[in-house]
Amino acid sequence: MTFEQTLSRLEQIAASLDRDDLPLEDALKLFEEGITRLREASAALADADGKVRTLIEQSDGVFEAKG
Amino acid sequence: MSHAGATSAEALTVHALTSAAKDVLEGAFPKLWVRGEVSGYKQYPSGHWYFTLKDAEAQIPSVVWKGSTSRIREKVEDGLQVRAYGQLTVWPASGKMQFVVTAIEADGEGLWQKRFDETKARLEKDGLLDPARKRALPRFPRTVAVITSSEAAALRDVISVIGRRNPGVHVVVIPAAVQGEAAPASLLAALDRLARWVEGGAEWRGVAIPPPEVLIIGRGGGSREDLWAFNDEAVARAIAACPVPTISAVGHETDVSIADLVADLRAATPSVAAEHAVPVLSEVRDLVAQLAGMMADGLQDRIEVGRRDLDRRADALARRAQLVVERRRARVDRVAARVAQQGQRVVERRRGRVETLGAMLEARSPLAVFARGFAVARGIDGATLARRDAFTAGTPFDLLLRDGRVRATTVSVHADAPHLRTDV
Repeated sequence: MTFEQTLSRLEQIAASLDRDDLPLEDALKLFEEGITRLREASAALADADGKVRTLIEQSDGVFEAKG
Repeated sequence: MSHAGATSAEALTVHALTSAAKDVLEGAFPKLWVRGEVSGYKQYPSGHWYFTLKDAEAQIPSVVWKGSTSRIREKVEDGLQVRAYGQLTVWPASGKMQFVVTAIEADGEGLWQKRFDETKARLEKDGLLDPARKRALPRFPRTVAVITSSEAAALRDVISVIGRRNPGVHVVVIPAAVQGEAAPASLLAALDRLARWVEGGAEWRGVAIPPPEVLIIGRGGGSREDLWAFNDEAVARAIAACPVPTISAVGHETDVSIADLVADLRAATPSVAAEHAVPVLSEVRDLVAQLAGMMADGLQDRIEVGRRDLDRRADALARRAQLVVERRRARVDRVAARVAQQGQRVVERRRGRVETLGAMLEARSPLAVFARGFAVARGIDGATLARRDAFTAGTPFDLLLRDGRVRATTVSVHADAPHLRTDV
C-alpha cells in the first residue's frame, strides 16, 4: 500500500467511525485497522530519507537509479 | 569634378564598384527589421539558408549565414510571414542586392501559430484536451519523477522546493534534451523510459525504489523557439498517455504550450509544479494526527451511542418485565380472592352443617330431656331401669337428674300411670 493509499484508507476509516449506524463490533475492527494504518503512516513520515536520483537504463533494458 | 571611374582612363574594376556600392548601401541602411513572406526557402549543405523575402510588389534575395541559423528557433518555411532583422548589402560575387538576416520572428498569424492551432485541433479531436480526462494528482506521493534537462536551473528549483517541503520524498530525474532539434525525440524517449519504469520497476543498489506517483515535465523560461519541443504533437500524445498524473511546467506564466494543454495540471513554473506535486511534511503530519483524533472521537462517540442504546433497551426491558409481573400479580390476587371467597363459603357451609348437627345432637341429648324435668332411673349396676318390672320394692336405685343424682329406694311398683299413656 502506498502512503497515498494508506492515508486514503485512514480517511475512509475516520469517516466510517463517525457513522452511528455502524455495528459496534465493526467499529472496533475498523479502529484496530486504523491504528495499524496510523503506525504505517507515521513510520513513512519518520522516514525522511528522500533521495535525488537519476534513472539510468542499462543495456539489458533494466533500470538502475543512480544518486 | 572628379570621382572614381569618371574617365575611361580611371575605369574601376567590377569588384571595386560592387565594394563601393556595398559600402554605400550599408552606410545608408543600418541594421533593420523588414516584414515579408518567405519564398523559395532552401537550406544548403554548407549550412546557409537562402530564400526570398517578398510582398505583393517587390522582393529581395535573403540569406542566413550558417553561424546565425542556430539562433533562429522559428521554423522557416515558404509562406511564413516574418519579420527579419538584418543588414542590406550587396553580394559582390553576383552583383545583387541581398538582405543578410540574423534574426527571424514569425509575424502575426505566423506558421508557428498555425501549427500550434493545427496540433491543438488534432488533439482536441481525439479528446485529449477534454477536461474530464484530467486526473487528480496524488496528494502524498513518495516518489516524484522529473523529466527535464539535467543541467537546467529548472531541475535545481524542483529539487530544492521538494526537499524543503518534504525531505522524505524521492526525486528521480529522467534527463532529456528540452530544446533544439533533438528535443522532441529525447522527451519521447524519457517518457517511454518512465512508462517502462512504472510497469517494470527500477532498482537502486539492488533495492526496488518506489515507482513514481506523479511526473513533472518541463523546462525553465526561454524564447518561444526554445520551448518549441513542448508543442510537439508526439510529445503531447506521450504525456497524455503517461501512466501517472502529469504536471507540465514550461517556461513562464505567459507561455502556454501544447504540453500544458494535455497535462493533468499546468504549473506556471517548475517551482510551482514542485509545490503542487508535494505537500508540506508538517501539514501531512498534522493531517495524520487529525485523522488519529477523528478515529478516536468516532469510536468514543460510537461507544457512547451504543451505551445509550443499551440503557434504552435495558429500560424498555425492565418496564416490560414489570408490566408482566404486575399482570401476573393481579391474576394471582384475583385467584386468591376467589379461593378465599370460596373457602369462606365452604367453611360457612360446614359451619352451618355443624350447627345443624349440633342442634340435632342437642335435641337428642338426654341432657335436654333432663332439662325438661325428666329423670332416668339406673340400677346400682348402672343399667337403665326403663320398665316397671325392673323395679322391685325395697331395691335401691339412682335417679339421674339435670344437675345431679339421687339415691332412692323403690317403695312400691304400680302399673297405672294414666297421665303418661298415649296409646288410649
